[in-house]
Amino acid sequence: MSKQIVIPFGPQHPVLPEPIHLDLVMEDERVVEALPSIGYVHRGLEKLVEKRDFRDFVYIAERICGICSFIHGMTYCHAVEGVMDLPVPPRANYLRTVWSELSRLHSHLLWLGLMADAMGFESLFMQSWRLREHVLDDMEETTGNRVIQGSCKVGGVRRDISDAKLREIADGLEELRPQLEDLRDVFVRDSSVRHRLGGLGTLTEQQAWELGAVGPVLRACGVANDIRQTGYAAYDELDFTPAVETAGDCWARTAVRAEELFTSIDLIQQAAEKIPEGPIEVKVTGNPKGEFYARSEQPRGEVIHYVKANGTKNLVRFRVRTPTFSNIAPLVVSMKGIELADVPVVVLSIDPCIGCAER
Amino acid sequence: MAYMKRSPWIIHYDGSSCNGCDIEVLACLTPLYDVERFGIINTGNPKHADIFVVTGSVNEQGRQVIRNIYDQMPEPKVVAAFGICACSGGIFRECYNVDGGIDQVIPVDVYIPGCPVRPEQIIDGIVRALGVLEEKLAKMKEDGR
Repeated sequence: MSKQIVIPFGPQHPVLPEPIHLDLVMEDERVVEALPSIGYVHRGLEKLVEKRDFRDFVYIAERICGICSFIHGMTYCHAVEGVMDLPVPPRANYLRTVWSELSRLHSHLLWLGLMADAMGFESLFMQSWRLREHVLDDMEETTGNRVIQGSCKVGGVRRDISDAKLREIADGLEELRPQLEDLRDVFVRDSSVRHRLGGLGTLTEQQAWELGAVGPVLRACGVANDIRQTGYAAYDELDFTPAVETAGDCWARTAVRAEELFTSIDLIQQAAEKIPEGPIEVKVTGNPKGEFYARSEQPRGEVIHYVKANGTKNLVRFRVRTPTFSNIAPLVVSMKGIELADVPVVVLSIDPCIGCAER
Repeated sequence: MAYMKRSPWIIHYDGSSCNGCDIEVLACLTPLYDVERFGIINTGNPKHADIFVVTGSVNEQGRQVIRNIYDQMPEPKVVAAFGICACSGGIFRECYNVDGGIDQVIPVDVYIPGCPVRPEQIIDGIVRALGVLEEKLAKMKEDGR
C-alpha cells in the first residue's frame, strides 16, 4: 500500500460555482475517502420565520436557492396552505405547475452546461446556456424576473398568464424541442461523453436507496421515484412517466436529466391545454395553527418543507430538507476509488446546490 | 467599445449567496451576453485577477476565505459587490449567521444592488469597475510604483 495524502478541494476552486470543502484522502491518483465539510453558505434563514409575517416569508423561502427558487416558494406555500386548510383555486395550481416546469427546464439546462464545462466540453456548455435563455425569456415575460420570480403567494399566485400567452409558451417550447433533442443526443450518444462519464461514480440501486438518494441520482439507479407522482399542484391531472436509467453512473444521471427536459415540455403543453378558467388566489384570513409537511420534486430531487404554527402571525418553526443534503451521503460513497481528475465531474453529477443545502 | 482600454480578468467568490446572482454572473459569460468577446475572463486564480466579484453576504466561515483571495490579488485591484446581499446583507441581514455586506471584511469599490442582479447590471458593474481600475493605475503611476 502506498502512502496516503490528503488533498483539500475547495472552498474556492475553479470548477466550483459555490463553496464546499472536501478533504480527499488519496493513494496516488485514487480517492480512498472523501470527507465533506460545509458551512460556507449557511445563513440561518429558517430562524427568520420568528421575525417575519408568514405571508412575507414566501420571499425568503424563494431565496433559499436562486436556481430552484420557484419550487421552494411553492412548497412553502403548500405547507402553510396545508396548515390553514386553504383551498387553492385550480387555475393557480396549473400556473404553479407551469412555472415549476419552466424552473426545472432552466435548472436542468444550467446543470447540463456546468457538467459539459466540468468534463471539458466548452462548446456544449455554451450551447446548453444559449438554449436556457429561451426558457428565461418565458419566465421574464410571465413574471417580470429571470431567476427569482416572486410569483407565488400563500393562497394562490400573484399573476395570471393569459391563455394566449400560455399557448405561445407551449408553441415556443415545441420549436425549441428539436434543438434540445440535438443537445440530448450529444450528452447521451456522443462517444467522448460516454467515455468520460460511463462507469464513473457508480451506485447500485441498493446503495442509492439505503443512503437516501433522491431525484435524478436515485432515478439513475433504476428507482422510479418522482414526488410529482404524489399529485401536488396540478400534477395529478397531467400525464407523465418519470425518466429512469439503470446504470447508476454519471452518464445515467446526465441521461435522466436530459430526458426530463422533454417531460417538462410535455407537462407545460398539457397544462396549457387543460388549464381551467377561474380565480388565481383565495383570500387569506387569520393566522395558521398546527403543523404540516409539504413535499415537492425539485430539479435536484425531493424537497420537504415543515412548518409549525401557533396561531400568531409568525411561525414557530420552519425546517427544510433539501435534495442536495440527501445526496451528499451517496456522493461521498460514489467517490471512493475514482481518480483525482474525475472528482469535479462526480461532484457535479449530483447537481450540488450548496445554497439549498446550507440555507 | 473604443472606451474600453483593457480586458479585465475577474475572480468570482460566492460569500453566502442563494445562487441567484451567481448564475447571472455565469450567464454573462454565455452566448447571449458573452462578455468574453471583450476579453473579460472568469479565472479561478486570484493572482491572475483584476476584479474581485463577490456575491452574497459575509458569514463567519467565509470571512477568512474572502480575505485570503483579496490579499493574493496583485495591485491594482478592484472589488465589486454584486447583489444586495453583497452590498448590505439584503433580505438575510437579520439572520444570525450573516454579518452584513462584503465591506465588513474588505474595501469595496463598486456596489451593484439587485435581487438578483441582472446580467445588464453586471456588465455595467464591470465597466464601472474598469473605471476604478484605471484610476488606481494612474494613482500607482503617480506614486512611482
